[in-house]
Amino acid sequence: MAYKPLDYYRIQDLLTDEEKLIQETVRDFVTENLMPIIQDCNREARFPLELVPKLGKLGFLGTPYPEKYGCADLGAVAYGIINQELERGDSGLRSFVSVQTSLVMYPIFAYGTDKQKDYWLPRLTQGEAIGCFGLTEPDFGSNPGGMLTRAEDKGSHYVLSGNKAWITNGTIADVAIIWAKLDGVVRGFIVETDREGFSTPENKNKFSLRASVTSDLILEDVEIPKENILPGVQKLKGPLSCLTQARYGIAWGCMGAAMAIFDEALQYSLSRIQFDKPIASFQLVQNKLTWMATEITKAQLLNYRLGQLKADDKVTPAQVSMAKRNNVGAALEIARMGRDILGANGISDEYQTFRHMNNLESVNTYEGTYDIHTLVIGHELTGIPAFF
Amino acid sequence: MKILLLLKTVADSEASIRPTSDGKAVALSDINLILNPYDEYAVEEALQIREKNGDAEITALCYGDEMAIKTLRTALALGVEKGVHIKGQPGFDSLTTAKILAAAIKDMDYDLILCGKQAIDDDSSSVGVMVAELLDIPSVSVAVKLDITDGNVRVTREIEGGHEIVEMKMPCLVSAQKGLNEPRYPSLKGIMAAKKKPIEEKDALAAETQIEVLRVEAPATRSAGKIVGEGEEAVPELVRLLKEEAKVL
Repeated sequence: MAYKPLDYYRIQDLLTDEEKLIQETVRDFVTENLMPIIQDCNREARFPLELVPKLGKLGFLGTPYPEKYGCADLGAVAYGIINQELERGDSGLRSFVSVQTSLVMYPIFAYGTDKQKDYWLPRLTQGEAIGCFGLTEPDFGSNPGGMLTRAEDKGSHYVLSGNKAWITNGTIADVAIIWAKLDGVVRGFIVETDREGFSTPENKNKFSLRASVTSDLILEDVEIPKENILPGVQKLKGPLSCLTQARYGIAWGCMGAAMAIFDEALQYSLSRIQFDKPIASFQLVQNKLTWMATEITKAQLLNYRLGQLKADDKVTPAQVSMAKRNNVGAALEIARMGRDILGANGISDEYQTFRHMNNLESVNTYEGTYDIHTLVIGHELTGIPAFF
Repeated sequence: MKILLLLKTVADSEASIRPTSDGKAVALSDINLILNPYDEYAVEEALQIREKNGDAEITALCYGDEMAIKTLRTALALGVEKGVHIKGQPGFDSLTTAKILAAAIKDMDYDLILCGKQAIDDDSSSVGVMVAELLDIPSVSVAVKLDITDGNVRVTREIEGGHEIVEMKMPCLVSAQKGLNEPRYPSLKGIMAAKKKPIEEKDALAAETQIEVLRVEAPATRSAGKIVGEGEEAVPELVRLLKEEAKVL
């Protein structure tokens, strides 16, 4: 059945003609290029690397940045829409684009030298180079400030050592943005992945994000030239500002998954006959569908307004936290409810809901867990940090 | 070389179609409208000709209300240089539409006109060739291959059970069939660039419609099928029902 996205409050009417055409383009791209292969990718734990040149050619990578780097220079709402439509297909493809755009291109664009920008941004936007973002460590997830990865100034160069964990794109990356402490202060470094001492073992045994590459990054005395440091930022503000960009995309993206799940649940409930009528005629099923549709609609409105705030440069990190927390939490509940409507069929990978549900467990965790965002918002509301 | 494209806005083939309340047209409010899929092949072919020849200039024409602008923007996003919006409300009468398009084209400079072989809404398959007739230029429909050399256009077209290869001199018109090429997606940069490209507005020629639509009806809803049993033992009951209920035996 063709995908019918829920747009209960007519968000479409709020979009510009360009935003609508972008939405159609990404939606068609996902329908024609990802949907036919995603089931196999998920089974084989394979990221569809063959799509990356197409993503680059169509301009899906690094959309918010200026044209002089070959980027499309799109607004915040358009970037949100792209994430939503990609994640309608799979959180893995959206994660790829998020990492490339928000976690790799953003720090280079915001904190890099002109030379770094001129070299890396055109390659990253074209998909000629793939990037990854090394912040999380095996023992430092929600508490990145405790990171153990170190950079040492050796006069003519830096030497980096440490381990990063749960790194999307790690094994397929040409370049890594590594966050490490230099004299006790968190700094960002551009590290080409073919440098001596840099290895990226892949973590294949995942229940979630199977169509996405997740790796460890191991840095054993990796030497990099001095010009590879990102000069424009110090301390945790650097990585956290990147995460704010990525979380914005996730707030939209997870709704793509939720909309796909809702569509599958609605169509299934209308065609599945029990007790001689479609299960959609039962009050308990209607209750679920109503709850799902309402939560999707609320999240869409949150996203659209957040996009306006971002476009006007008025957005705060905690506002982004609110949308990330609410929307991924809702998407996960929607996934569980949708799975329930599908009955026994819902555990088969012939239906997409279980795959989305498993993916959303990662999406709920990465870039700040639901609970951490609760405390980020609590901190902003009360002025009192409750993290430790 | 100057290429003109004739484009039509149609209802998305995924949309559920209903008649308007007066029953004289298809209700298009709340329906997603798209560029006619056969016209996509025409656009792609024009872009490929330009990529091969380098110097081609492509202008897209669309007759319709403000939704025509969206259709033209799609073509501009794909790489067409310029749009012409012929303002009006197309009806069912192909000849009227063809007269309006031909009148708009008459004073334009062109070598090749490309369009889809039919629109997927009314399936008339006639506007393209009518435009060519009215402009007094040769035309070939249902093209699956197109080669241009020294002002000659060689077209491979689909015919019943095979292909026909024909040749004509430019200026001429060719209508595109599925298989002519593989239409591209607009790039996001192309979509943003389209905003800055010109769309000229023209008033449609006043032409009298000669065909009146009396009624548009939705197809009768099919009632659910019935399974009377399985295997041999179901045959007598099936025969009885075919005789007595369906009355086809």
